[in-house]
Amino acid sequence: MSDEKAPGFDTLAIHAGARPDPATGARVTPIYQTTSYVFDDTEHAASLFNLETFGNIYSRMMNPTNAVLEERVAALEGGTAALATASGHGAQTLIFHTLLEPGDEFIAGRQLYGGSVNQFAYSFAKCGWSVKWADVTDPETFRAALSDKTKAIFIESIANPGGVVSDIEAIAEIAHEAGVPLIVDNTLATPYLIKPKEYGADIIVHSLTKFLGGHGNSIGGALVDCGTFDWQGSGGRYPTMTEACESYHGIKMAETFGDFAFAIAARVLALRDLGPALAPFNAFLILTGIETLPLRMQRHCDNALSVAKHLAAHDKVAWVNYAGLPGSASHALAERYCPKGAGAVFTFGVKGGYEAGVKLVEGLELFSHLANIGDTRSLVIHPASTTHRQLSDEAREVAGAGPDVVRLSVGLEDKADLMADLDQALARV
Amino acid sequence: MSQAEGYHEHYSDAEIRAVLNGVRSIAIVGASPNPSRPSYFVTKYLKAKGYEVLPVNPGHAGKEIAGAKVYGSLAEIGRPVDMVDIFRNSDAAFGITEEAIAIGAKVVWMQLGVRNDAAARLAEEAGLTVIMNRCPKIEYGRLSGEIGWTGVNSKVLSSKRPSMRGGTIQQRMLKED
Repeated sequence: MSDEKAPGFDTLAIHAGARPDPATGARVTPIYQTTSYVFDDTEHAASLFNLETFGNIYSRMMNPTNAVLEERVAALEGGTAALATASGHGAQTLIFHTLLEPGDEFIAGRQLYGGSVNQFAYSFAKCGWSVKWADVTDPETFRAALSDKTKAIFIESIANPGGVVSDIEAIAEIAHEAGVPLIVDNTLATPYLIKPKEYGADIIVHSLTKFLGGHGNSIGGALVDCGTFDWQGSGGRYPTMTEACESYHGIKMAETFGDFAFAIAARVLALRDLGPALAPFNAFLILTGIETLPLRMQRHCDNALSVAKHLAAHDKVAWVNYAGLPGSASHALAERYCPKGAGAVFTFGVKGGYEAGVKLVEGLELFSHLANIGDTRSLVIHPASTTHRQLSDEAREVAGAGPDVVRLSVGLEDKADLMADLDQALARV
Repeated sequence: MSQAEGYHEHYSDAEIRAVLNGVRSIAIVGASPNPSRPSYFVTKYLKAKGYEVLPVNPGHAGKEIAGAKVYGSLAEIGRPVDMVDIFRNSDAAFGITEEAIAIGAKVVWMQLGVRNDAAARLAEEAGLTVIMNRCPKIEYGRLSGEIGWTGVNSKVLSSKRPSMRGGTIQQRMLKED
């Protein structure tokens, strides 16, 4: 099959990137548990090191198991290429290392996942990369935060944990008017629910740990090059993409690698030098997870909507914040961007504040109390007593982690069992 | 330069595969001896895949690029070549296409970013096959599956085992599906 008749999403989830193993005929992608690869001869080795030909050198930069995962994720997002990394944070580091120079700025939505907030605000500051915050519920705040040092805009398609759905198209327009790429973290939605490229994203980032892998067994990340940003027409604002690379005999990335140059630059420069390579065993587990993504994601969403409706009608629940519910501030955007479902992560408030939140979490028997999302198992966390406990009361409120807030990641169990578990725990609050 | 809607905007994988499987000798007009230039990469890659490559660059005639002798013009090659790959700008492509027809080429291939519809019509009227705005290295890598080794989306799905190039460890070849 080829691009004559574009294959459907479910077909891509199983087949993209994965031909039978040429050496053995193995149909399932083998785990190539090796650090390095034999060269045909010294000339072949030189060609590989000079980036003149395609091939494998060293698993810090490329691995055949990881390559299948990369092509799979690129195909699902409609991108030109992808790069797998040790974690979602690793992918973000490689993206910004490729785009920014010391002294540069980027704008990010303030509703981001707390781990990204920490990375951007504190660790990136040590590299001289400065984040400016905007409000994803008001795209014009991104325009207001632009300066001549702005090199990128970063948002989540669906924010974790607040469940805010971003108006990707409106923010993409602001980014492109300013001549900077839009980066979209598509972890909570996955390409099954939202394909950010269709709304103007130039680079997509994933924590593969969550719904793509989907089984809570492997940390991994990926960046996707949508092939849409014109690096050569950017007036030299992205020197890594357009200037001669000293460490590759003067190759210019954008000129040489065209519409997949960003993914190549992130691999052969940032990944090579910073090193967050994905273990091939993790790539294998994540690939196996992706094969069932369409089935799992629909069930995740259906279960989440049922649980959210059930909680909204419960007399011990103060509020439910799920974009799939008609009362949610993000409901209209959810209907436009993700009509198949608003994901499976949302927050709700228990009447009785901090103590009630702690009691609920401790009383649950099926939901697991842990700091992850996107597992087959249903998960719960009370941010105020765990992930956000070091913050002041005021800072917790701003972060959407007030004393009564409970976050759920709804799994694939029977929804009646999930609702019964919440009922019995709420009864003890 | 007029560009008719739909004209040469899409090539099927079967068309590209037939071209790359059907030619043995490829003249590369505009090949550069500078090892950091894309035309050098393409010359070297196609040579490694077993094609006879004939670099054409009047500024470097008589020298070698990637071990292949450089000619000053297509006519200077003095014998027919199967395919002429044009690494020059779109305007220059017309004259090169006329020369390609004159030396009996079967295929005119214009690189990524190069497109000249008038030249394409001229070549097609003379019975040549024309590919525009594509790179033969990328297409070879895509259809063989090699390009997926660097995470690039080949857009090819197949349940068939890829073929390895004889005597090599890390090189695939094109095979008719």
